[in-house]
Amino acid sequence: MTICLEATGPEAGRPYVDRAKPEHPTLIDPTHRMDDLFGVTNIPNSVWIDEAGTIVRPAEPAWPVVREPRPPRDAAVPAPDLPEHLRELAAEAAGIVVDSGPYLEALHDWAEQGSRSQFALAPDEVLARSQPRGLEESAAAAHFELGQHLLVSGDPASARKHFAESHRLQPDNWTYRRQAWSLEPGGEGPLARFWQGPSEGTPGDWPYPGDWVKDIRAVGAENYYPRFRA
Amino acid sequence: MGPACGRRAAYTSPMLITTSSMTVAEFEAGTGWELKPEGACRAALCVPLGDAGPIDGTLDPQRLAARLGMAFVRHSDTLAALGPATVTGRALTTAEAPELVLDDFDGREFRLSSLRGEKVVLVAWAPY
Repeated sequence: MTICLEATGPEAGRPYVDRAKPEHPTLIDPTHRMDDLFGVTNIPNSVWIDEAGTIVRPAEPAWPVVREPRPPRDAAVPAPDLPEHLRELAAEAAGIVVDSGPYLEALHDWAEQGSRSQFALAPDEVLARSQPRGLEESAAAAHFELGQHLLVSGDPASARKHFAESHRLQPDNWTYRRQAWSLEPGGEGPLARFWQGPSEGTPGDWPYPGDWVKDIRAVGAENYYPRFRA
Repeated sequence: MGPACGRRAAYTSPMLITTSSMTVAEFEAGTGWELKPEGACRAALCVPLGDAGPIDGTLDPQRLAARLGMAFVRHSDTLAALGPATVTGRALTTAEAPELVLDDFDGREFRLSSLRGEKVVLVAWAPY
């Protein structure tokens, strides 16, 4: 089943769902319940649950198909008529490492072998591998919840303050960041939600300390998704 | 919240708090924790509440938050939020999958527990 993490409700994700025509349950999670309940901190992520309702793998990067290795960064820069910001974004995205092959091999093994699969983890290991959560991460979730509530209540200025606090308190939660950034007008057209940074005309209006390009450069694109761990 | 305890608490409503006290039912629905005589429980894990337990069916959210290691963040006099519990130091307090109740894209409520008996891959994605 799939869960769409989107604060504004189902309409933003509907075109993707309509195109995919899924036969599995397709849910909308406007308050990012997946973050709180399962420790999801980036997308796409998956959680595996066995027939008895026991989690056998906690949140980790997940891929539907094997992705070929990306071309070198220089070769990946798209057409020159794209805005400079999108060229920078595409160049960083080209450096992201995706372990789709090992992930899918493990998924197929679990589907066939069930609890005998080496990739089905024991409960203690599941807990140990789930995301760390101390008071700062808990406060980040509370701030994000307030931000989402204030956003849909028509107070985006207050919402941004809480979103920014959630980013400060849990800097490795990319879901909180990507969600908040994607709501700001940076570019136009079908890629507007992926702009996630200052606009080219009025960069000073960007309300957050970080943005996607700046922050991924800080951590290194190759570290954006943790590697698959058997 | 195991099967022996009946239907699991459903984590269906936000962790938002608009009053200085909350009912036990509101707390359970908002956090997924269940209040029992031995304390606040999730699967086999129970945290004794001491003097933070309910009085006449109501709770002081700040005192309860302190017991469960939940952040309490106030926005205004009439709006605050509880963060998730931190008693294990990890996002998961148990390997027993929590109940997840969300609407599908047609507005119909769906419960994760309805898939019991099947392997489930929960995939989180977003249009951004």
